[in-house]
Amino acid sequence: MVINLRVWRQEGPDSSGRLVDYTVNQASEHMSFLELLDVLNEQLLQSGDDPVEFDSDCREGICGSCGLMVAGIAHGPQKRTAVCQLHMRSFKDGDTITVEPFRARAFPIIRDLVVDRSAFDRIIAAHGYVSVTTGSAPDANAIPISKDLADDAMDYAACIGCGACVAACPNGSASLFTAAKISHLGLLPQGRVEASQRVMAMVDQMDVEGFGDCSNYAECEAVCPKGISIEGIARMRRSYMKGVLSE
Amino acid sequence: MAHSARQSQVHSPRLDSKVPSGLLQQKWDIYKNQVSLVSPANKRSHHILVVGSGLAGASAAATLAGLGYQVTCFCIQDSPRRAHSIAAQGGINAAKNYPNDGDTVWRLFYDTIKGGDYRSREANVYRLAEVSNNIIDQAVAQGVPFAREYGGVLSNRSFGGAQVSRTFYARGQTGQQLLLGAYQALSHQIAGGRVKMLPRREMVDLVVANDRACGLIARNLLTGELERYAGDAVLLCTGGYGNAYYLSTNAKNSNVTAAWRCHKRGAFFANPCYTQIHPTCIPVSGDYQSKLTLMSESLRNDGRVWVPNDPHDERAPEMIPEDARDYYLERRYPSFGNLVPRDVASRASKKECDEGRGVGETRLAVYLDFAHSIERLGEHTIRERYGNLFEMYQRITGDNPYQTPMRIYPAVHYTMGGLWVDYELQSTVPGLFVLGEANFSDHGANRLGASALMQGLADGYFVIPYTLGAYLAGHNQSDQVSETHDSFAAVEKEASDRIDRILHNDGDKSPTVFHRELGRLLWDHVGMSRHREGLESSLQAIETLEDEFWERICVPGSADRYNKNLEFAGRVADFLELGSLMARDALRREESCGGHFREEYQTPEGEAARDDEAYADVAAWEYQGRDPILHLEQLTFESVHPSKRSYK
Ligand SMILES: Cc1cc2nc3c(=O)[nH]c(=O)nc-3n(C[C@H](O)[C@H](O)[C@H](O)COP(=O)(O)OP(=O)(O)OC[C@H]3O[C@@H](n4cnc5c(N)ncnc54)[C@H](O)[C@@H]3O)c2cc1C
Ligand code: SF4
Ligand code: FES
Repeated sequence: MVINLRVWRQEGPDSSGRLVDYTVNQASEHMSFLELLDVLNEQLLQSGDDPVEFDSDCREGICGSCGLMVAGIAHGPQKRTAVCQLHMRSFKDGDTITVEPFRARAFPIIRDLVVDRSAFDRIIAAHGYVSVTTGSAPDANAIPISKDLADDAMDYAACIGCGACVAACPNGSASLFTAAKISHLGLLPQGRVEASQRVMAMVDQMDVEGFGDCSNYAECEAVCPKGISIEGIARMRRSYMKGVLSE
Repeated sequence: MAHSARQSQVHSPRLDSKVPSGLLQQKWDIYKNQVSLVSPANKRSHHILVVGSGLAGASAAATLAGLGYQVTCFCIQDSPRRAHSIAAQGGINAAKNYPNDGDTVWRLFYDTIKGGDYRSREANVYRLAEVSNNIIDQAVAQGVPFAREYGGVLSNRSFGGAQVSRTFYARGQTGQQLLLGAYQALSHQIAGGRVKMLPRREMVDLVVANDRACGLIARNLLTGELERYAGDAVLLCTGGYGNAYYLSTNAKNSNVTAAWRCHKRGAFFANPCYTQIHPTCIPVSGDYQSKLTLMSESLRNDGRVWVPNDPHDERAPEMIPEDARDYYLERRYPSFGNLVPRDVASRASKKECDEGRGVGETRLAVYLDFAHSIERLGEHTIRERYGNLFEMYQRITGDNPYQTPMRIYPAVHYTMGGLWVDYELQSTVPGLFVLGEANFSDHGANRLGASALMQGLADGYFVIPYTLGAYLAGHNQSDQVSETHDSFAAVEKEASDRIDRILHNDGDKSPTVFHRELGRLLWDHVGMSRHREGLESSLQAIETLEDEFWERICVPGSADRYNKNLEFAGRVADFLELGSLMARDALRREESCGGHFREEYQTPEGEAARDDEAYADVAAWEYQGRDPILHLEQLTFESVHPSKRSYK
């Protein structure tokens, strides 16, 4: 199949960028979207041009490295799918597809489609953990945890930290990402001990990083490749308010 | 080759394994009782460089910082949470014996050493089994949401190569959850100022002065700058080299560069020919393919592998009746059936396809069928167990595995070989320690499923905190050099010359073109089965390809910015050098064992023929250009008797 691409090119964080048109004549429906970009890059290399820079690593939807706006949608048109797992069978021969980076105030562009998402790491460092040092753990079966609770926690723990939720949100909010970690840990007895410090510290860090507020657009949930539920955000809000009141 | 195989059957004095004396079951305790400790005040004055933030690196960095050391940790990705370990699916082993099905530390040790075809060190493997239970405790305390039974206790499943259920798992995302646990522990230490985390950094060389590792040169992948870091010890936790084959289940950034650079600075490379080809991966679909996707081994618990009896049977798999199917694993290995170890399962698929019974468009695939399990357990249960894997399969292939069997084929997955380390995980360069998949230590010639996560975390959480102390306590701080020392300047200059050479070469071929070609050579000749002639010809072909690389490589752009092709080109150059060593090592080992199958050495039934008389050893190679020097560590078995590995 033939695919026309309009790709965002930007030299560096401070330069201005623009969309550039390319055509890939040898696309196949079995290719992943990133493999299409690989083919484009080989083409560019052959003609002595700079390849399009983008991040990717696992290419199986689990590391969260990849992340592109494809046809205006974070990770592209297929639901619950990271862009590395999006296959060209979702498109038609002759389609023109616009490819842009994840944009948000807290995610500055580094080059082309590569953005800086280190704000996420700082949110986790704010208190996205259980404070347990190595060696101090009791036997793993010492605390029984109901299967339902463990499953719920796992649903939230599945977040891959890709940032699609932020890119899709009109406010550039990181609420879904942060709520996922707060819910994962807060649901489990191990994490409940520090739950209120955790929620205060992580929510405050979101503000420091320049992420916007949540106005319940739910765009985040719609694009999340792991189907993280916005119920987590409500839970986060409740515990934050409780924390504020008790302060 | 510098030495012929039989002449060199002597233990090299350079390879002191430092295994403590005493009973196998007591060695680790004896070691811990006798090891020198570093006082809390002194810990603060030691600066440790941890390269890599996968399970091994993140667990080591978090634990050492928790103990009071100053740690700097490096990784290639934009966040430590994205290390390749994140992709592990199936599970992690431990000898908890929660199901009460007869498991013990001894049995886990025994299965692992047998699974490795008796090509690993007894003492290391025993220690691994011994600390396995602590890992599960630690992970649960961190909030890792392992699967649970309705009564609230942890759930276990069985995995290839074992007859007990000892594998803990978190859906099909065990690696992700364990890594996030370690990453969160690391983040805790970062927040406390005890770890300085440097993402988007690639270690490009090791600095050795006064005969020990004293730092490294890293390239800042955003600015291109070469940076110098001095430290009292360097911990290499940089993962395996499976991407030498180009197509593998490894993440795109997985590479051998850090390990290979250390090899060139004096660290011996052990058993490079031991690579694991995983039996259940999604088959290759075209030339553009950039990587292969694993379908977890856990699927073999409920999936049955088969091919049609008749190679010309063109019916859809659901339409082929039972009596026209060959469940060849169940037929050939009645006691383990679909759960035979990986190497055995992979070779069996290859045999079926080589003999023309392969299925699908390319005929390089076999069926993995869930119809019976769905009938027996219901679709709901199968969805619970493997839902996300089935979804992933459908996303990639467009087929629905609830309705039609999966098509699978073996793919390169894991590397048992790696830098040689002693019992303390120290390489032949003093002060350079190697953890996780990057070392050669615990899996011998074949790794059992769910053992790599166990090993990475054992090394990082529970082994290195002791053994690093032993080194530092005996370490004369006045030997330590700072970043301004000449040795840093010299190594930095070499690194920058190399980058210049790649960028200013007036070539016409991209790094990917060379990488694919290397991958093809290795897959064809140093892959699932090997023979002398193929190995000799591939050795030559790889060396020629390496020469061509330096003549024709073309990388656009400059060194002072984000430039992915430049990174990849440097890694391909190292893979090319490693590729020759893999072929050389495979050539020397004139036996079949584990993942290394030499066609000349097989039993009449086509099973691997091991030669314990001549090859019960570790081959550790010392770098010397294209003429490396072979050193041997003889393996002695005091507690187990190497038996023929049979899964019949
Ligand atoms: C698809 C898949 C599924 C698997 N499933 C299982 C399973 O179910 N059970 C199991 O036990 N094992 C499994 N394995 C194997 C297991 O995941 C790996 O062996 C293990 O995670 C390796 O961990 P590591 O910490 O040694 O290295 P990695 O996780 O590979 O981490 C390497 C780190 O080093 C960094 N790095 C590398 N080079 C450099 C450099 N030059 N400079 C700076 N940093 C560098 C990287 O950025 C990364 O942070 C699986 C493997 C694959 C591929
Ligand atoms: S919540 Fe979903 S979209 Fe947001 S970072 Fe996590 S996985 Fe990505
Ligand atoms: S590349 Fe890892 S999630 Fe897409």
